[in-house]
Amino acid sequence: MIEHPSDSHTLETYEATGGYAGARKAMDMTRDELVELVKSSGLIGRGGAGFSAGLKWSFLAPARPAYLIVNGDESEPGTFKDRQLLERDPHQMIEGIVITAVANEVHEAFIYIRGEYPLPARRVQRALAEAYAKGYLGKGIFGTDYELEVTVHLGGGAYICGEETALINSLEGRRGEPRIKPPYFPAAKGLYMMPTIVNNVETVSNLPYILEHGADAYRALGHDVDTGTFLFSVSGHVNRPGNYELPHGITWRDLIFDVAGGIRAGNELKTWIPGGASAPWFVPSQHLDDEITKDACGKAGSMLGSGAVIVMDDTTCVVRAAERVVRFFAHESCGQCTPCREGTTWEEMILRRIEEGAGREVDTDLLLDVADNISPGLLWPPKMTTICPLGPSSVSPITSITRYFKDEVMAHIHGGGCPFD
Amino acid sequence: MSWSVETLARARSLADRYPQKRSAIMPLLYMAMREDGYVTEDGMRVVAELTGLTPVQVESVASFYGMFKLIPQGEYLVSVCTSIACMLNGADDVMSSAEEQAGVPAGETAADGVVTVEHVECIGACGGAPAVQVNYELVEGVTSEAVAAMIRWLRENRPETITAAELQERFGGARSFDPAISEPQGAIGPFPAFDPYRTAGGAS
Ligand SMILES: Cc1cc2nc3c(=O)[nH]c(=O)nc-3n(C[C@H](O)[C@H](O)[C@H](O)COP(=O)(O)O)c2cc1C
Ligand code: SF4
Ligand code: FES
Repeated sequence: MIEHPSDSHTLETYEATGGYAGARKAMDMTRDELVELVKSSGLIGRGGAGFSAGLKWSFLAPARPAYLIVNGDESEPGTFKDRQLLERDPHQMIEGIVITAVANEVHEAFIYIRGEYPLPARRVQRALAEAYAKGYLGKGIFGTDYELEVTVHLGGGAYICGEETALINSLEGRRGEPRIKPPYFPAAKGLYMMPTIVNNVETVSNLPYILEHGADAYRALGHDVDTGTFLFSVSGHVNRPGNYELPHGITWRDLIFDVAGGIRAGNELKTWIPGGASAPWFVPSQHLDDEITKDACGKAGSMLGSGAVIVMDDTTCVVRAAERVVRFFAHESCGQCTPCREGTTWEEMILRRIEEGAGREVDTDLLLDVADNISPGLLWPPKMTTICPLGPSSVSPITSITRYFKDEVMAHIHGGGCPFD
Repeated sequence: MSWSVETLARARSLADRYPQKRSAIMPLLYMAMREDGYVTEDGMRVVAELTGLTPVQVESVASFYGMFKLIPQGEYLVSVCTSIACMLNGADDVMSSAEEQAGVPAGETAADGVVTVEHVECIGACGGAPAVQVNYELVEGVTSEAVAAMIRWLRENRPETITAAELQERFGGARSFDPAISEPQGAIGPFPAFDPYRTAGGAS
């Protein structure tokens, strides 16, 4: 993304550093030209599913009106990059909205921001007001006859609303329950059953750079097929947690020990979650010198997802850590699918009793059995028998600790409690 | 209806912003909380009338989302994140300390009605773990001692407005990222400080 000074939440600074040049360019381009440009940039969606942005746009059904929804629901444990983009650089996202809207012949856009982000929402709101006042939004933008309205919509504290069809239901004023795909692919039947583009905040924030500097320059920022830069949110037991904008292709060792300052208090690295709470975990003995690419993470049975890297040192009890991740999914399950609703609750209860010293010899098998009922075959990416991937995501911590830390789980069961207490 | 003429006018223009009125349920429920402190039966009836739905339909939506509180809350809603990144950095101790200082378990409001404590899942501040929100204003890098001091301070001072900047300065530590400038606006009451009806280009 384009680097902007610290107060670029104001239009004045944003424009003084070249802001809105990309949107101006887009106004003179056709839908086909814009879709081609974004396709050739290789831009991949940053919301976690990792789908090509240009391809998604090209699938948009011809019926109109079409809608654009920017997904700022960011709620997966470990992820805090969109908050920084919303708070610190809202105009970059708004410029990306203009570009996306023009490319897809959209005249009405919504920014869905999680309810727990009032300050980012206020910043965005103020930035929108500035853009409206300048004629960059509203009727006749940039001196053309194009109209574009943008509305900020606050969520209500439900992670599942980050899933695009649940988000659409939520924005329609319904319970945030995912819809069945097919037929409810947003590009065909989305908001109010009309064609809808859903893109993540970071995804659209990449567009001004692509418009201004071109697809080749954008590709050159990246590494091989992983074009552009990527925002890593690093948290947990590192000395310098934070958001880092980097190309792919560095190693996990570089990211954890160099960029994020290594493990706190001189402790040893034990394990890390490479791509948000849904992702299967990595361990130093097998993955530390792997390159960070979408492909390499996939081959190793996990994913880069939304870029949330959660690092755990050797003082961490993996049963407790797994329980905490599973509890999240149990808490956030929308309840439509029985395997997810019931299964996540069972997983949480079994992990808790192991942690508390009431685990039984059969409990690891039982855990895997319950997990297998939610996600048959325990593969990543999961075989889908639920409406959305939330249920299968709850299985990742369980397969991870039984694969890499079986001894530690058994020590809980045999020792009647947590060896770390 | 118990809402003032002025509030109702704002609510109607908000509902008119959306291609379908039903879409305004969530922002209208926040308005209802602002009116009554929580989502009351009466509030849901008003929202139903404004959106052309039945009160039961409104309730089924309200009850899905954790931030729409269907029972009275304290003046200050203290939400402690105990998800993975915060837990790794001591959030369970922060939670116990908050419960102890408030004198109630998570999910309940203290007898004086001033403070409600709840545990929440990740609030997008994992780089500044452990993180806490007061009326959805964020403070990062919180310790057990700091959260106890914060609850005492809320009780003693009963500030009308809560701002993230002030909380951070008094009770916070390391943050997820540099905020660059401090934000003057803050929250009054246990709901997010965001006025949806001021959406740009729409009703004032
Ligand atoms: C359970 C679940 C939660 C999700 N949460 C988010 C989220 O908070 N933000 C987001 O952008 N995408 C989220 N997604 C992905 C969206 O469904 C969708 O793929 C994405 O917003 C598309 O944008 P992109 O193509 O720009 O990445 C989630 C998906 C699932 C299954
Ligand atoms: S998998 Fe879980 S969260 Fe997803 S639709 Fe089914 S019940 Fe809801
Ligand atoms: S885990 Fe607590 S803010 Fe993300």
